[in-house]
Amino acid sequence: MTYQPHQRPIFDYERVADQDAKEPAHHPVVIVGGGLVGLTMAIDLVVKGVPVVVLEKGETVSEGSRSICQAKRTLEIWDRLGAGDPMVEKGITWNVGKVFHRDRLLYQFDLLPETGHKMPAFVNLQQYYVEEYLLDRLHALGGAVRWQHALEALERHDDHVRLTVATPDGPYGLTCDWLIACDGARSHVRRQLGLEFQGEVFEDKFLITDVHMKPDFPSERWFWFEPPFHDGQTALLHRQADDIWRIDLQMGWDADVEAEKDPARVVPRIRQMLGDDVDFDIDWISLYVFQCRTLEDYVHGRVIFAGDSAHQVSPFGARGGNGGVQDVDNLAWKLKLILDGTAPVRLLESYTEERLFAARENILNSTRATDFMTPKTGTSRTVRDTTLAMAEAHPFARALVNPGRLSVPAHLTASALNTPDDDAFDGRLGPGSPATDAPVQVAGQEGWWLDQLGERFVAAVHEPPGDLPEEVETPAGPVSVIALGEGQPIADPDGHLIDRYDLQPGTTYLFRPDQHIAARWRTFDAAKIDAAVNRACALD
Amino acid sequence: MPLSTDSSKFTDADAFYAALIDAVDTLDDDQAREFLAALALILANEIADNDVLSQAIEAARSSVTARS
Repeated sequence: MTYQPHQRPIFDYERVADQDAKEPAHHPVVIVGGGLVGLTMAIDLVVKGVPVVVLEKGETVSEGSRSICQAKRTLEIWDRLGAGDPMVEKGITWNVGKVFHRDRLLYQFDLLPETGHKMPAFVNLQQYYVEEYLLDRLHALGGAVRWQHALEALERHDDHVRLTVATPDGPYGLTCDWLIACDGARSHVRRQLGLEFQGEVFEDKFLITDVHMKPDFPSERWFWFEPPFHDGQTALLHRQADDIWRIDLQMGWDADVEAEKDPARVVPRIRQMLGDDVDFDIDWISLYVFQCRTLEDYVHGRVIFAGDSAHQVSPFGARGGNGGVQDVDNLAWKLKLILDGTAPVRLLESYTEERLFAARENILNSTRATDFMTPKTGTSRTVRDTTLAMAEAHPFARALVNPGRLSVPAHLTASALNTPDDDAFDGRLGPGSPATDAPVQVAGQEGWWLDQLGERFVAAVHEPPGDLPEEVETPAGPVSVIALGEGQPIADPDGHLIDRYDLQPGTTYLFRPDQHIAARWRTFDAAKIDAAVNRACALD
Repeated sequence: MPLSTDSSKFTDADAFYAALIDAVDTLDDDQAREFLAALALILANEIADNDVLSQAIEAARSSVTARS
């Protein structure tokens, strides 16, 4: 049977009422770009009751699988938005990575060594499927994308943005309170604003080949230094949905881009890797270079940047798409409070602060991985090769081997929105950390801790010694108060919450609408909750 | 005291490696070799224990000779 690649849906251009308006129509939020980040942004705002306009110059979802590794935190965010299940069902779940040097296994690692989490460490799913499922969710919520409506020009004003949109029927005007640029690495919005991008350009080229095959390899991330089957420095093998496998080969800085993309040249390379016994079909070929860089500010008046338009990383570590989805998670609740007049516009300063911190962490990690893969001088190559040579016999050296440090969410420990601890706590979590999941029982039913959080401030109290109010009133709205533990509405049957959050009777955690910890105390105190919510909303 | 290379004792292995490579990459090859020797001496003085040092020397030597 001949291999049939996945057919992307084509979305027709549709004329909208705004095109016939005499004056430019006004919308609270316009999102530029209907990709992975723009669609997540649209859903997160629609879920919060904010209507959005999504402008997309193309007519379909991602060409090629592109950003395939969907990390645990990203899956949790999509789950909060009601789009997590199809990703996990269709995608390939994996937790284990193996690192080879030439033909020897150096070591393997497990990214989720503990149980009791709804989401796995990673799901591999082609970006086109991710976008299709996000579109399904957006449509189910009554939202839509304006396909083949391309942002052409924008004009910034103090309290709004005026834009011109190009369509097959000609241009039309729009105004909005906020414009969110989710238009990717080559962002048109960023160029319209003439913003400088600072960072490092890497010269090595990488060849991505997606092949369709049914080998008996396990669903693991396999990474080779100096692979025996390829004359480049590194290789990566990764399984995706539909028996598609990602093969990523480092090609060196002097590779000829067009020649190397020729299937006549690609097939022998892949054949050399897989051997003669594996049948395969080529699904997609791409050759890429990358840069690690970020804007210094993600908010420019009424224009906000999210995802690759704001920052770019090398692909080793799966920190691009995952970083973008976490931008959305951070931005949506803040923008909602600002649009409602509940929080001041300066709350957005924390969006730049928190996400720039995360972007720098992502850039640092992906730059280090890239530097390890591509030593710059003879001596640094000697150091690198010695590290690899020692890693098998001397396990300490494995900590130095860097095949990419895979995406983990940033702990926003230095954020101005946090209320610092007054009481003593143990463990990995603290103010600014994303909430850690655990299995719970809600009114006797099996459930997950993260499903109890999100979309509002929540004060969770462990085994309260006395009666609790249902809510705490604050200037940012009511805070839901929930009790957990032995004999409480939310039970912690395995004690995972006690361990992961270092809970004692009376311990109270305040969670933000994006499931991050804003504050925590050893006792419940409504006045302290009120003060912490004010701080987390820049109202203090 | 026995030498142990069984597990990493680094508090931040990636940061150490990056700092080491940054230092190496700002030097030419001769200087970089000298730098690595100087670093070995400084760290040896920090370890001080001759027993551990001779085991370290042997481990490093056999790691190199095993490959050639």
